[in-house]
Amino acid sequence: MDRLRHLWRRAVQTARLMVGVPDYDTYVAHRTTHHPGEPIMSYPEFFRERQRARYGCEGGRISGCC
Amino acid sequence: MSTPKKLLWAAVAVLGAVALGIVALQRGEPVNAMWLVIASLSIYAIAYRFYGLFIANRVLGVNPTRQTPAYRHNDGLDYVPTNGYVLYGHHFAAIAGAGPLVGPVLAAQMGYLPGTLWILAGVVFAGAVQDMMVLFLSTRRDGRSLGDMIRSEMGPVAGTVAGIGVLLICVIILAVLALVVVNALKSSPWGTFTVACTIPIAFLMGVYGRFIRPGRIGEMSAIGALLLLAALIFGRTVAETPALAHYFTFAGPQLAVLIIGYGFVASVLPVWLLLAPRDYLSTFLKVGTVALLALGVLIAHPQLQMPAVTRFIDGSGPVWAGSVFPFLFITIACGAVSGWHSLISSGTTPKMIESERQIAFIGYGGMLTESFVAIMAMIGASVIHPGVYFAMNSGAGLIGTTAAHAADVVTQWGFTVTPDMLTQAAHDVGETSILSRTGGAPTLAVGMATIFSSVLGGRSLMAIWYHFAILFEALFILTTVDAGTRVCRFMIQDLVGHAVPAFKSTRAWGNNLIGSALSCLLWGYLLYAGVVDPYGGIWTMWPLFGATNQMLAAIALTLCTVVLYKMKRERWAWVTVVPTVWLVICTVTAGLEKVFSPNPKVGFLSHAEKFSQALASQQVLAPAKSLQEMSRVIFNDYLDAALAALAVSIVIVVVVYGIVRVRQARATPRVTAIEIGGAAMDHG
Repeated sequence: MDRLRHLWRRAVQTARLMVGVPDYDTYVAHRTTHHPGEPIMSYPEFFRERQRARYGCEGGRISGCC
Repeated sequence: MSTPKKLLWAAVAVLGAVALGIVALQRGEPVNAMWLVIASLSIYAIAYRFYGLFIANRVLGVNPTRQTPAYRHNDGLDYVPTNGYVLYGHHFAAIAGAGPLVGPVLAAQMGYLPGTLWILAGVVFAGAVQDMMVLFLSTRRDGRSLGDMIRSEMGPVAGTVAGIGVLLICVIILAVLALVVVNALKSSPWGTFTVACTIPIAFLMGVYGRFIRPGRIGEMSAIGALLLLAALIFGRTVAETPALAHYFTFAGPQLAVLIIGYGFVASVLPVWLLLAPRDYLSTFLKVGTVALLALGVLIAHPQLQMPAVTRFIDGSGPVWAGSVFPFLFITIACGAVSGWHSLISSGTTPKMIESERQIAFIGYGGMLTESFVAIMAMIGASVIHPGVYFAMNSGAGLIGTTAAHAADVVTQWGFTVTPDMLTQAAHDVGETSILSRTGGAPTLAVGMATIFSSVLGGRSLMAIWYHFAILFEALFILTTVDAGTRVCRFMIQDLVGHAVPAFKSTRAWGNNLIGSALSCLLWGYLLYAGVVDPYGGIWTMWPLFGATNQMLAAIALTLCTVVLYKMKRERWAWVTVVPTVWLVICTVTAGLEKVFSPNPKVGFLSHAEKFSQALASQQVLAPAKSLQEMSRVIFNDYLDAALAALAVSIVIVVVVYGIVRVRQARATPRVTAIEIGGAAMDHG
């Protein structure tokens, strides 16, 4: 059962990263460990920030192929 | 390696050899597509295990303990150490697109064998090598982009020249992909309606994901997919109701103008409203359909109707002009080697690599999967009747506009087909005509509909499957058009910004409007020229696209070669030198032939010459219909010639710079590659 749950979590992570949204829990864990006391974006803020980063083209990044 | 493992790999090798033998040597009788699948999978397995890992471990010397940018700059956002399988999915979704689906379909005019052999050889020795090595270089340079790396390793001039090359490729790709959509949707109310529906559906998803349930990607995608399915099914009603069909029936030029306008509006709208939600739909649909296609081929294991080699191997084919060398090698770009991937491999992926150990799996392995998509596209094009294939892929200038005339011409070419078969094929997929639907997408859609409907639904569902396949391709091409216009805009702003600094600010609305208009104008002009081109547009423009894409690959591989020398690993330099030399030979020959060939079918200048002479004597040459059209044909010939010449000079400049840098590196006794960070990981 645990294994299934783990696989499901990986599948969800993959699907989200395919459209440019990394794992939110990992982000929160990173902020708590490495930047304690500093603000952490809520999930909606995090989502918007990632959306802008993926499609904003600042820096000339190309996110998809022919 | 233990004895059982050795035996296992020996068995894989024998299986692959037998399958390839059957595919290559069977004459007269149709071959089952499964042999093609088995041959490719065996080759991929052997290539990955014995060449991909060899390059990673011996040539590049990946160091699993070396700290990656994902750890060095970990911010939980751009730089995140990510599980290898998850990142593989991300990388594959980014490199997979319309390219590997369209190229093989067009290459099938020479039979399935030449294209298949190039897909397999190309990916193993060039495409996958490029993707993996650029990923490696970027991982060792904090995830910097290809342009940045060329600038720092090969100098600013080479960097700027390569940058112009990228802009050129971007414009040509957008024009060609938009052309594929136009050809698929012209006079097709069902297709046009379904594709048009994706815009309001995306708006709805965008609003849902921003205000109603912020960031619920799964929910919004599920809602979007259901609505899309409804639009797909209702499309049939639209097509069968003349009053409704009227609003969704467009000729090519009208569609071209619509798409150009769409590209402009979409690229200035906020990303969350249209681009992002449609990207979600198209990404999931793309990956899902590719998986479905693989499953369909496995279950249906269809027979290949197309001969292994056709008479058009001599270069007289109607789909695109030119002989096997060099034109086959540029027709199939993405499935064998695609320069575009070097931009992806130096994009987001290197910032998320957990350990250098994953580089072979993600870079080399990701490209092998892309190549398998190309093999499936080749199967899709080969399972339909060759007569139908040629009727679909030849321009109206060659086969006329009636089924009777088209059947006559195609039968004369040696592919016996009756007018009834052509009308029946159109009827099966719910269209009024399938003639001259060039661009590969409709052909692949017929192939996919044939495969899917033989598994599920039979003839009654064939029309739904066809329009599903059209929708799937149009959806992600339009996403590319939108995203690509933004990238072009950025590059134009960057280039022009050197002269007019105020133009550089990407936050100013005026700049964005002007930038978007400029980039739409650039690709839009090429698109329009392609749409009114009586040869069907693809005939002229696909080779241009393929050549520029391969040239970017040659540039990326030149960078890899230079860095290998700078790392003092010249012992292994042949790994990149061989594919670089091959690509430079192919693309430069193709480019020069496109410009200077005395055959007006191949060379732009001689074609222009022929038309100029006719124009001078007030004569109208087919396919032009008036003197004014004649002048336009001539102008476009010169434009295309200039683009091809520009591409050739770009690749030559970069290669010359590469040779100079290699000589410098050889003369220096120490390592001169500019890597960032060499410290071992200090984490668990």
